[in-house]
Amino acid sequence: MIVGHLLRYVFEPGFFGSGPVHVAFAVGTVIAITSAVVGVFTVTRGQSFAGHALGDIATTGGSGAFLIGINQFWGYLAFGMGAAAFMEMIGVQRRRGRDVATGVVLGAALGLAALFLYLGTQQSSTTGASFTILFGSLFAITPSTVPALITSALLALATVVVLARVLLLSSLSPDIAAARGVPVRAVGVAFLMALAVSVALSAMIIGAVLSTALLIGPAATALRVAKGPVRAAATAAGIGVAAVWLGIVLAYDSFYWPPAGRGWPVSFFVVTLVVGGYLVTYLRRGERRQAAPESADAGADTEQACSPA
Amino acid sequence: MTADLLRLDGVGVRLGGRQILRDVSFTIPSGQFTGLIGPNGAGKTTLLRVILGLQPVTSGSVLLDGAPRPARDSSIGYVPQKLVIEPDMPLRVRDVVSLGIDGNKFGIRLPSRARRELVSDMLTAVGAHRYASARVGELSGGEQQRVMIAHALISKPRLLLLDEPLANLDISSEQGIVSVLARLARAEGVAVLLSAHDMNPLMPVMDHIVYVAGGRVAVGRTDEVVQPEVLSRLYGQHVDVIRVHGRILVVASAEGAGDAEAGARDASVVG
Repeated sequence: MIVGHLLRYVFEPGFFGSGPVHVAFAVGTVIAITSAVVGVFTVTRGQSFAGHALGDIATTGGSGAFLIGINQFWGYLAFGMGAAAFMEMIGVQRRRGRDVATGVVLGAALGLAALFLYLGTQQSSTTGASFTILFGSLFAITPSTVPALITSALLALATVVVLARVLLLSSLSPDIAAARGVPVRAVGVAFLMALAVSVALSAMIIGAVLSTALLIGPAATALRVAKGPVRAAATAAGIGVAAVWLGIVLAYDSFYWPPAGRGWPVSFFVVTLVVGGYLVTYLRRGERRQAAPESADAGADTEQACSPA
Repeated sequence: MTADLLRLDGVGVRLGGRQILRDVSFTIPSGQFTGLIGPNGAGKTTLLRVILGLQPVTSGSVLLDGAPRPARDSSIGYVPQKLVIEPDMPLRVRDVVSLGIDGNKFGIRLPSRARRELVSDMLTAVGAHRYASARVGELSGGEQQRVMIAHALISKPRLLLLDEPLANLDISSEQGIVSVLARLARAEGVAVLLSAHDMNPLMPVMDHIVYVAGGRVAVGRTDEVVQPEVLSRLYGQHVDVIRVHGRILVVASAEGAGDAEAGARDASVVG
């Protein structure tokens, strides 16, 4: 009885019967998993910045798509992948290239996005569109795009899984990888494409501007708690899925929160949950450091010493 | 007489209009320990990259077993210089060693008992089994070197190249690494080519020396090469070879800036 009440309190009436909620769960889950796994490699390769840049440029693509009247996903995808190819050409991995890219390319991209959104909203007087493109909306996904979203997600995920070992070896040392015959540059391009796709997908559910949160947040948290690569990817996926699911539930519930009758955005909940998760691991780690001020590493070693024996 | 494993013939490298290496020729027989000695900036790293096929040559040839080395093979193991591994890199020590087996391959691989045992035996052989489950980025420099040696040796290479593996190590880690290398080289019949700016820690184990200075090399047994006449010719200026308490110091005359630096480091080791 109490459980029933509690459940009814958590899951507002109509939650499980709602079509948009079904779509949100299905698409949200697949995208959360893909983003998290791609994110683990993004952080490991030190390309979080590239992920963020791709998100900014995807904003331009999404708003351009809105202006010409096609689904914003295609805009995110086309601009993201184009930008990934361009970044590879100018070498955004290098610190210098990075600075130039930040100052010039990203500024220009967001400027264009502003123009496209302005023109687009003037034309069709749907001011909600700007919000959807910048901050996403998991409840506003057109059912007809669902197959494309899920296929793209699975392709990006498969790319990263197939490349997993060479990506790890290249992160350890590009020279060793090259000496062992790994086509390091081609692998880097393939990864950047998978990254662009997952940024575009993430933009669909939490918006182009916030897309990095779902990519980097769960991965960064997982890298604090899981030691090996497989476990880190699985943990990141778990965190991403949990944040998206909880975000959906809370956003649905928030329809009854003040100001009544206007649900809060899903993106807000997802991003807040992701950041909250990161802070929890951050504080826990800090506590342990205080307990053993100088021998955090030595402690880990003695712990390990027992296990293989 | 064993056949030569590695043969360099008249290798020259020009980089950005500067001649880094000129007319470098030497051979390495299988199973021998060779020191690649010379001051910083002499071209040691470039030479190792040439052997690995990472640096194209402008002249000459590099032959492994009498033929150019095919790409994507595991005949050469490599431990690069100054690896910077972030503590949040999700690789435990045993993951790193496991990547030495097939980190260059695509696709997924399922864990297996045989593989786990192979990795754990290799870690025991280099004395790194105690921290097998620790993140590699959280280890000390000496511990990381052991792990990277295990990573390089697990694919059973015939030649192991190490770029300054003793740099920035304390004396006991230095000795530990040298003795592990010497033992494994003998036991597994692997030829070792190790670069260092200080030859002294290698004296007990080094069969041959390739001394690099100014892009040229002098090659031979250690006592043949480390002579004032040979090294003076190589450096193009007068160089003294001083032996104190079984240690060797190569000391340049006052105006040789780069060489004086190498000499000064050696002198401080003796003190």
